[in-house]
Amino acid sequence: MKLDAKIPSGPIEQAWDKARFDMKLVNPANKRKHSLIVVGSGLAGAAAAASLGELGYRVKCFCFQDSPRRAHSIAAQGGINAAKNYPNDGESIYRLFYDTVKGGDFRAREGNIYRLAQISVDIIDQCVAQGVPFAREYGGSLTNRSFGGAQVSRTFYARGQTGQQLLLGAYQALERQVHAGSVTMIPRTEMLDLIVIDGKARGIVTRNLVTGALAVHIADAVILASGGYGNVYYLSTNAKGSNVTATWRAYKRGALFANPCFTQIHPTCIPVSGDYQSKLTLMSESLRNDGRIWVPLKKGDQRPPNEIPESERDYYLERRYPSFGNLVPRDVASRNAKAVCDEGRGVGKTGLGVYLDFSDAISRLGEKTIRERYGNLFDMYQRITDENPYKVPMRIYPAIHYTMGGLWVDYQLQSTIPGLFVLGEANFSDHGANRLGASALMQGLSDGYFIIPYTIGNYLATNKFPKVDESHAEVQSAVSEVRQKTNKLLSIKGKRTVDSFHRELGKLVWDYCGMARTAEGLEFAIGKIRALREEFWQNVTVPGSGDDLNQSLEKAGRVADFFELAELMCIDARDRNESCGGHFREEYQTPDGEAQRDDDNYSYVAAWGYTGPDSPPQLTKEPLEFHYVHPSQRSYK
Amino acid sequence: MKLQLKIWRQRTSTDKGAFVSYTVNDVDPEMSMLECLDVLNETLIERGEEPVAFEHDCREGICGSCGFMINGVAHGPERATTVCQLTMRHFKDGQELVIEPWRARAFFPIKDLIVDRRAFDHIIEAGGYISVSTGQAPDGNAILVGKDIADQAMDAAACIGCGACVAACPNASAALFTGAKIAHLSVLPQGKPERDRRALAMVAQMNAEEFGNCTSIGECTGVCPKEIPLEVIATMNRDYLRASWTRREDQSETILPFTEWSTGSKLQSDPTSRD
Ligand SMILES: Cc1cc2nc3c(=O)[nH]c(=O)nc-3n(C[C@H](O)[C@H](O)[C@H](O)COP(=O)(O)OP(=O)(O)OC[C@H]3O[C@@H](n4cnc5c(N)ncnc54)[C@H](O)[C@@H]3O)c2cc1C
Ligand code: SF4
Ligand code: FES
Repeated sequence: MKLDAKIPSGPIEQAWDKARFDMKLVNPANKRKHSLIVVGSGLAGAAAAASLGELGYRVKCFCFQDSPRRAHSIAAQGGINAAKNYPNDGESIYRLFYDTVKGGDFRAREGNIYRLAQISVDIIDQCVAQGVPFAREYGGSLTNRSFGGAQVSRTFYARGQTGQQLLLGAYQALERQVHAGSVTMIPRTEMLDLIVIDGKARGIVTRNLVTGALAVHIADAVILASGGYGNVYYLSTNAKGSNVTATWRAYKRGALFANPCFTQIHPTCIPVSGDYQSKLTLMSESLRNDGRIWVPLKKGDQRPPNEIPESERDYYLERRYPSFGNLVPRDVASRNAKAVCDEGRGVGKTGLGVYLDFSDAISRLGEKTIRERYGNLFDMYQRITDENPYKVPMRIYPAIHYTMGGLWVDYQLQSTIPGLFVLGEANFSDHGANRLGASALMQGLSDGYFIIPYTIGNYLATNKFPKVDESHAEVQSAVSEVRQKTNKLLSIKGKRTVDSFHRELGKLVWDYCGMARTAEGLEFAIGKIRALREEFWQNVTVPGSGDDLNQSLEKAGRVADFFELAELMCIDARDRNESCGGHFREEYQTPDGEAQRDDDNYSYVAAWGYTGPDSPPQLTKEPLEFHYVHPSQRSYK
Repeated sequence: MKLQLKIWRQRTSTDKGAFVSYTVNDVDPEMSMLECLDVLNETLIERGEEPVAFEHDCREGICGSCGFMINGVAHGPERATTVCQLTMRHFKDGQELVIEPWRARAFFPIKDLIVDRRAFDHIIEAGGYISVSTGQAPDGNAILVGKDIADQAMDAAACIGCGACVAACPNASAALFTGAKIAHLSVLPQGKPERDRRALAMVAQMNAEEFGNCTSIGECTGVCPKEIPLEVIATMNRDYLRASWTRREDQSETILPFTEWSTGSKLQSDPTSRD
C-alpha cells in the first residue's frame, strides 16, 4: 500500500487556501440529507458536531460520560497557543510552525503544521465570541504567557482551567445545535465497533451503558474524536475512562495506526504515593515559568529541602541547558528528571521525585502575584499532598500524559478507510514525536471547528451513499462480534479483577516502553504482554450481567483492547532504531545523553496495518519531506 | 486506619434500594475517597459480588462526574472539594461514613450512587450559550473586556455541573447552577445581546425539569466545590425580571415566579435599569 498524504503542491502559505478551493461543495439544500456520526464530545468532537450541525448536516454525537461537558478535555489546565502576536514579541505564523516542527523532532508533516499555525488565530476569535473568559489585561485586551519551552508569549489561558472553559464553549455551541434539532446527543453510550460496507465507513455499533442494549447507527460518514490512549499505562494523567477502543476497532477494520510508540511523558506531575493510586495528577507546566527545578547534589541526601544550602543543590536543567533552563521541552525535562533519580538523587519517600521550588519567585514577585498566577494549582497540590507549596518546594515526577500516535490520517483528516475521519488526540497528525505544551487544545479545535467542516463536504460531494439497512451482512456480523466478546468476558469467571490486570500491564508498558526503551527490553515486554493477555482471557472475573449498568464490563472491554495496543506500541518502538522526541532508545544517544535521530533511515511515519489475530502487523511508511525547516539536532543548550 | 462504610445499594432505577455496611481495613490517609471505594470494590469483585457503582472520570475535581453525600453533606466535610479530591486524612480511625446518592426529583436514580443529571444539559440547551456559529467571530481583541469583568465571568463559569447544589438544597433547586451560567454569559459584552432571551428560556426549562424553588437558604454555595457565590442567583433574578418586563410577548406559559425573591424587595431596583 502507498500512503498519499494529499498535501497540496505549491507554496506552503497557500496550500490550505488552494485545498479549500479545490474541494467540491455540498449544495446547502442537500446538507440536510446527509447524516454524520461523531464519536466523542471533547474539544475535537464537540467542535466538529456543533460546526457540522450549524452547516445543516444531521449529526449524531456520542460520548460515554453522562454529559458531553465531562469529556477528558475538561481537565486541560495550562492554555492554548495561537500565533496572534498580541505581545509584539516576535511571534508569527511561521514561528509557531517552525517551533512545532522542531519541537516534534522532525517527525510530523510540514503541510499539516503550517495549516494548524494559520488556523490558530481564528480559534481564539471563535472562543472569545462564545464567551470563553480568557485572562485579560486591566485595559481589557487578551493576555498571554509563555509556556512549555516557547520563547515567545503565545499562550492564551483562563486561570488554570483553560480546557474546561474551551470545552464549555464547544459544549454550549453543541447544545445550541441540539436545541436547533440538527445534532442528536447520545451520552452514556460506547462505540464498540465500526461498520465498513463496500470499503467505506458507514456506521457504528454501540452499547447503551445503562441498559446494556446494543444498537446500530448508520450514516454517510463516521468521525472519530475519541481521544488518546495514555491509559494503556494504567497510571496516567488522563481521565479514568479515556480509552483506545474506538480507534482500535477501526484499526481492526482496516484503518492504519501510526506511530503508536510516540507517547509523551509530562515532567510535572505529583509523584506516586501508594499502591492504591488510581491516577496521577498533573501540575500545569506553566509552573516551570516561575519554579526552579533541583535535586540535592549528594546521593541519598535525606535533609528537608529548606536545610539544604544553595551550594549543595543541583539546578540541573539550568546547568545543562543555560539558554532554556527550566523551560526545556517536556521530553528533555522528563528524561533529565529520570536520570537524576536513577543516580539516586531523587527526593521524597520513594526517591522518585525532584523539587520544583518557588521561593526565589516569591521573594522576587511576592506571594500575592504567585497566588494570582497559580493559586488553584497550589491549592490542588496542598489538597493532595498536605504540604504547603508556598513554604516548601513541590515534589514532582514525570507521568504519561498524551499520545502523539493514533490513527493515520491524510491532509483531509481522512483515515485509510474512506469515510472514516479522525480528529483531535485520536489521530496521529501534527505533533510528531513530541508535542509542545498548549498545542493539543489548538489542534483539537482546529480539526473540529475549521478543518472537518470543509473536508467532509468534499467527501460527501464526491461519493454516493446507497441505502444500508440493519439486515446487511456486514452490520450483522459486527453486531454479533460485539455480542460474542461481551458474553465471553462475562463468562470467564476467573480469579483476578480487571484492574489488577490493567495495573500489571501498565507497569510493563511504563518500564519497557516509557521514558527510556531498549530493543532487548521491548522484546522482553512483548513476550510478557502476550502471556498476560492470555491469562486475562482465562482468568479475569467480571461480575454482574450485560443487561444493565456494569462498570467492570466496560473496563474489561477497554483493557482487552489495551493489551493488543500495548503489543503494537512495543513493536513500533523496537522497529524504530533511533531516538526522537518522546521515543528514547538508550542505544541511540549522543555522547552527552541527548536523543540521536537517524534521519537517513527513519524520517518517516510508521503506519501499521492489522493482518489478523495471529499474524504480525504490517508496516507501511509515509516518508517525510522537509522543505522549509531543515532537520537539525534539537538543541536547547 | 479502618472505616465503616454504610453505602446505598440499588440495583436498578426501579428497585427499592437499601443501605449495606462494609468494613474497609488498610485505609491509607493519603487515599482519596474514590480510591477507598476502589479498594472496597476490588474485594467485592474478588468475592464475586457486584462492586458499588459510582460515577467518576477526571479524579481532579474538574469534570463534575463524581459526587455523593457523606454523612448528609454533599461531597463530604471538606470545603470546596469534590469527593474525588477528598483525602481520607479528614476522617478518624473507626469512623462510620454514610454514603448515599444525590436525592432530588429532577435527578432519577440509575444504580447505587449514580443518578441521571441530564436535566442540567436541558437547561443549557434551552439557552446557556452565545449564538455565534463557527466562522462568525470578530478579532479576539475587537471587544475589550476589563479584567474585573473577565474575572467575574470566570468565577461564575467555574461551575462543574456536579449537582451538589441541588442535592444540598432542601427544595432541590437548581438556582445556583442555572444562575452560574446566566451570570457568566450576562456580564460579558459578548453575552449581552441575548441576555433577556437566555434568562427567560433557561429559567423556564429549570422549572420544567421539576427542580424546586429557591428560597435563598444558601446551602448550595456552602457545598459547592467551586464556591460559586450566591450573587449569581441574584443576577439570574435580575436578568429574568428585566426580561419579563421588556419581553412580555416571549414569556411562555410555564414561567412561574421562580424564586421567593421574585416577589421580594430585590426586584424593585432592577427592571428598568439597563446596564
Ligand atoms: C491533565 C491534562 C492537562 C492538559 N493540559 C493541556 C493544556 O494545557 N494545553 C493543551 O493544549 N493540551 C493539554 N492537554 C492535552 C489535551 O487536553 C488533550 O489532548 C485534548 O483535550 C484531547 O481532546 P480530544 O477532543 O481529542 O479528546 P477527549 O477530550 O479525550 O474526548 C474524548 C471523547 O470521546 C469519547 N469517547 C471515547 N471513546 C469512546 C467510545 N468508545 N464511544 C463513545 N465515546 C467515546 C469520550 O466520551 C469523550 O467525549 C492536557 C491533558 C491532560 C491529561
Ligand atoms: S454550582 Fe457548584 S455545586 Fe452546583 S453544579 Fe455547579 S459546581 Fe456543582
Ligand atoms: S471525578 Fe471529575 S470531578 Fe470528581
